Amino acid sequence: MKHTLLTLALAGLAFGAQADTLKKIKDSGSVTMGVRESSGALSYTLGDGKFVGYHVELCERVLKDVQKQLGLGALTTKYQPVTSQNRIPLVQNGTVDIECGSTTNNATRQKDVSFAVTTFVEEVRIAVKSNSGITGIGQLNGKKVATTTGTTSVQTLRKNERATGVNFEEVYGKDHADSFLLLESGRADAFVMDGAILAGNIAKAKNPADFKIVGEVLSVEPIAIMMRKDDPAFKKAVDDSLMAMMKSGEIAKIWDKWFLQPIPPANTKVGMPANDNTKAAWAAPNDKPMEAYAAK
Amino acid sequence: MGNWDWQVFCKDTIDGEVRPSCFGEGGDITYLDWMLSAWGWTLSVALLALVVALAVGSLMGILRTVPDKRLAFLGNAWTELFRNIPLLVQIFLWYHVIPGLIPPLKQVPSFALVVLGLGFFTSARIAEQVKAGIQALPKGQRYAGLAVGLTLPQTYRYVLLPMAFRIVIPPLTSESMNIIKNSSVAFAVSIAELTMFAMQAQEETSRGIEVYLAVSALYFVSAFTINRIMLVVEDRVRVPGMVGGK
Repeated sequence: MKHTLLTLALAGLAFGAQADTLKKIKDSGSVTMGVRESSGALSYTLGDGKFVGYHVELCERVLKDVQKQLGLGALTTKYQPVTSQNRIPLVQNGTVDIECGSTTNNATRQKDVSFAVTTFVEEVRIAVKSNSGITGIGQLNGKKVATTTGTTSVQTLRKNERATGVNFEEVYGKDHADSFLLLESGRADAFVMDGAILAGNIAKAKNPADFKIVGEVLSVEPIAIMMRKDDPAFKKAVDDSLMAMMKSGEIAKIWDKWFLQPIPPANTKVGMPANDNTKAAWAAPNDKPMEAYAAK
Repeated sequence: MGNWDWQVFCKDTIDGEVRPSCFGEGGDITYLDWMLSAWGWTLSVALLALVVALAVGSLMGILRTVPDKRLAFLGNAWTELFRNIPLLVQIFLWYHVIPGLIPPLKQVPSFALVVLGLGFFTSARIAEQVKAGIQALPKGQRYAGLAVGLTLPQTYRYVLLPMAFRIVIPPLTSESMNIIKNSSVAFAVSIAELTMFAMQAQEETSRGIEVYLAVSALYFVSAFTINRIMLVVEDRVRVPGMVGGK
């Protein structure tokens, strides 16, 4: 019995990670893009199998360049929704060729997958109620701080608690909407999360003026497009395409489109200009993991 | 494969360094420490909810079979209310909606709310089984009890319930195992139990497969232990010649 289970588990892991993605794309005339259902303006669904967002658009442009490079007449893109839990295994086992969601590039993950050059540097911030008087993490002593289960922000919070000696009680939402509800309903005094997610939730709140983002940047996380490991040709194709967009300034226009202009489905604005870290990453393209940023 | 990394459990949750003992010292915690603590939360939620569910469920199940129409209505209403709303929604009602209507409830810790929520949800299912157990007995038993001069409560206590509870042990075993598994919804209201540990630890370590396998094993062990305990109970209370007897 034990043996059967083990064999099953291994079979699930074993099947083919194909290392030559360009060949696979050329042979099949199709490519599978991993996308997220709701990663803010980075990658989200409009329903009906349609996926849009900053990273989705970047990937679509990258794939156009790949198509040109391979001299393919037609290239079919399949959209495969992924979650935080399954995105890495799906890239490893070949189900997804290129993941365009909101994945943090860190050293642990670099052992399993590879990342394109960083296209967005996320900053973990604190959202509070405007009338709370809280302006930084130092004032959270004895307060309740919400964050979302299954995110790197939980770890960030833990590290900050340790480093600053501030004691707060953590409460966890099962998703970002829940965490925001904790703040909104007074069950939490602050919500610590990626700036883009905070901005998005505040924009969608009943009364956005009731909330504001305050305080220091608690951690920075390079967010990047993810691919299979050990496929330098494909990585080069993706990186080259992204770097061309960074050089020409095209990427800033795409950012503007998704983060500063009204976006579907509700035609609301996220209202988040690119931060300095992100601009630096565009100016000097690199695929450094999160740990390299923390060392600064 | 070379793909497994069970060392992940020995890692410190703050700096990610592997601790030689697999347990943290001096306030540091490893993922193993954390998982064991999460297991404790899972068992605490489940076992306390089980106590609530058995007490309230038995009471409501009995009420549904008494001659008094109002009491029977109360039992039926309770059962239908709590078994027709999904568990996750009920937990949210307890956590977000009811304290919104009754502000003092905001001070109640989420642990107590989830124990009540899960307990009441399961009580509806237990009420149904207890009622079925009582109704499975021949009507004559109730009349015989009353005829020998026992009051209605005495008839229940000495005649009906001893047999009815024996009959419903197998479905009660299932409910007791279910409550362990259903306690996983507690993560939705900030209880640091196994499911939350699994979601969080896999994100932090990127070793989702190892984490989920370990957590699944702990759920299995917990539910299976309940199953074995209930089998012993069933064996102990068996009456030769009666339902469930040899």
